[in-house]
Amino acid sequence: MSLILFIEQMLNGVQFGVMLFLMAAGLTLIFGVMGLINLAHGSLYMIGAFAAAWVAGMSGSFVLALIASLAAAAAAGALIELTVIRRLYDRDHLDQVLATFALILIFSEGTRWLFGSFPLFLEIPPYLSGPVTLPGGIEYPLYRLAIIGVGLLVAAGLFALIARTRIGIQIRAGEADREMIAALGVNISALYTIVFALGAALAGLAGALIGAIQSVQVGMGEPVLILAFVVIVIGGIGSIKGALVGAILVGLTDTLGRVLLPAVFAQFMAPQAASSVGSSLASMSIYILMAGVLVMRPSGLFGKA
Amino acid sequence: MRREPLLNAAVFLGLLAAVLWAKAMDEPFTITLATRVAILALAGVGLNLALGLGGLVSLGHAVFFGIGGYAMGILASHAQSYSPLIEWPVLIEGTKSMPVIWLVAMAASGLAALGIGALSLRTSGVYFIMITLAFGQMFYYFAISWPAYGGEDGLSIYVRNGFPGLNTLDPIQFFAICYVILGLALWLFSRLSRSAFGLALGAARQNAERVMAVGIAPYRLRLVAFALSGVITGLAGALFADLNRFVSPTMFSWQTSGEIMVFVILGGVARLFGPVVGAAVFILLEHVLGGLSEFWHIYLGAVLLVVVLFARGGIIGLIAGREVRHD
Repeated sequence: MSLILFIEQMLNGVQFGVMLFLMAAGLTLIFGVMGLINLAHGSLYMIGAFAAAWVAGMSGSFVLALIASLAAAAAAGALIELTVIRRLYDRDHLDQVLATFALILIFSEGTRWLFGSFPLFLEIPPYLSGPVTLPGGIEYPLYRLAIIGVGLLVAAGLFALIARTRIGIQIRAGEADREMIAALGVNISALYTIVFALGAALAGLAGALIGAIQSVQVGMGEPVLILAFVVIVIGGIGSIKGALVGAILVGLTDTLGRVLLPAVFAQFMAPQAASSVGSSLASMSIYILMAGVLVMRPSGLFGKA
Repeated sequence: MRREPLLNAAVFLGLLAAVLWAKAMDEPFTITLATRVAILALAGVGLNLALGLGGLVSLGHAVFFGIGGYAMGILASHAQSYSPLIEWPVLIEGTKSMPVIWLVAMAASGLAALGIGALSLRTSGVYFIMITLAFGQMFYYFAISWPAYGGEDGLSIYVRNGFPGLNTLDPIQFFAICYVILGLALWLFSRLSRSAFGLALGAARQNAERVMAVGIAPYRLRLVAFALSGVITGLAGALFADLNRFVSPTMFSWQTSGEIMVFVILGGVARLFGPVVGAAVFILLEHVLGGLSEFWHIYLGAVLLVVVLFARGGIIGLIAGREVRHD
């Protein structure tokens, strides 16, 4: 395999990882602060993608589409937090899994009812389409590069928000001791709604960004949701840094596995068999990675033991 | 407490009565629905062993359901194409005999549950939920991308497998098989939950430290429970595949895991008949709501939300009271 192809695949892996980070950051924040497993996070991703595709179709503006995705997902997140999620904080994980599974059913079918079963399409805007030439003569799609840029910006913003701002201090304090900060006069239920809506907005943004590469359809959220869970479990639940490291690790493993494993097996197997064994192993590779990490470190790379 | 055994008997006999009524009215579709209830309830009884008695929230029981299904699919497809499964070192041929398929399905899913359990039980809480989910996805993608047995399209079996002395193509006879197996599994569950093993398992769920202090290792209890649970769910998978005469990677999907969990919760966690009531209500809802609207999953979701938020202890808990659980 040539070096150029390898670097291209590395970039694809990073781009995938950055997108997973947008999903995983919200999940891990929500788990870290509220102790809630939110299976419906994939639905918020889907809502973001549908809102973006719909607004882009009406207005033709990609920027407006992104804003719509953030707003729609944040609004949906705040709505379910106020009506359902709020009642689940002091329940056990089983109830949380079930209730958010029910939310998935409602959101998926509701979207199918509104938009139909056919996929929608979101166009990459002209100023972001086409390839760009990187140092070393590598041609790479500008849009994917832009996703990496947006993702890294969001990551930096999130770290700054958590580490430097007043609301970040409250979030960290809420993680450590919820009763205490309530006693100090912080409106804890408003804080929870804000954190949930923030996580939802990030998921919606991820959905809109990916919606322009893939098709926008019902059920698009769940595969990504499960990968995002793998990410936060590898990184350690509740840790944003863990989510970033885990996301890049999963993105690279998945992308490189798909390219490299069939090639590796082709060295000592018939091509037909090598490609089928290689591709089935590649699609299992991240789950093997996760099982491996958990066996070594049962609470993830950056988790509190 | 008094009401629950009565309710259980009513549910168990009610299922039989529904089938006899359908037989008299000549409505084979109703018999098929009842057979689905029995099989899915069996899968739920398996999960209930881990989830209800052991407190192990597994979101990966589709693995065992799927392994059972594929055990049936692989054996029967080799039998129907007359090609041996393995020629070397020993010749192993496919089979169309249900008892043999069941044994293979139970052994395979039991082994898988031992392996998955041995790794997953090192973790707890959310990590356990996630790692079981990840194992489920692992098997799902493996089934999709492994071309030998149909890949994404799955495997069709032309004729239902045979059981000595019965005509399994007759809906009511196949129902009888599933009904008897469900009864046996329920009997096993009730015996287990009152045995020393079951009591220790329940104690480990409520307070693992105390159980360790009296010299019992929770890990081994849980592993045995998880493996047994996998065996029962695997058997249900083999029966489900035989009912549809079709297996596909969907059996491994995480939605399947979620649905099996829904049966248990809807009926009532740790209740003997929880999965039976849950599966019956689920199938009824699917049938009734599916007739009303194409988008029946919305209503299903709403019903589920109401049960989780307001009717803790599930439907059985609602009818028979909550005295049974003490934690």
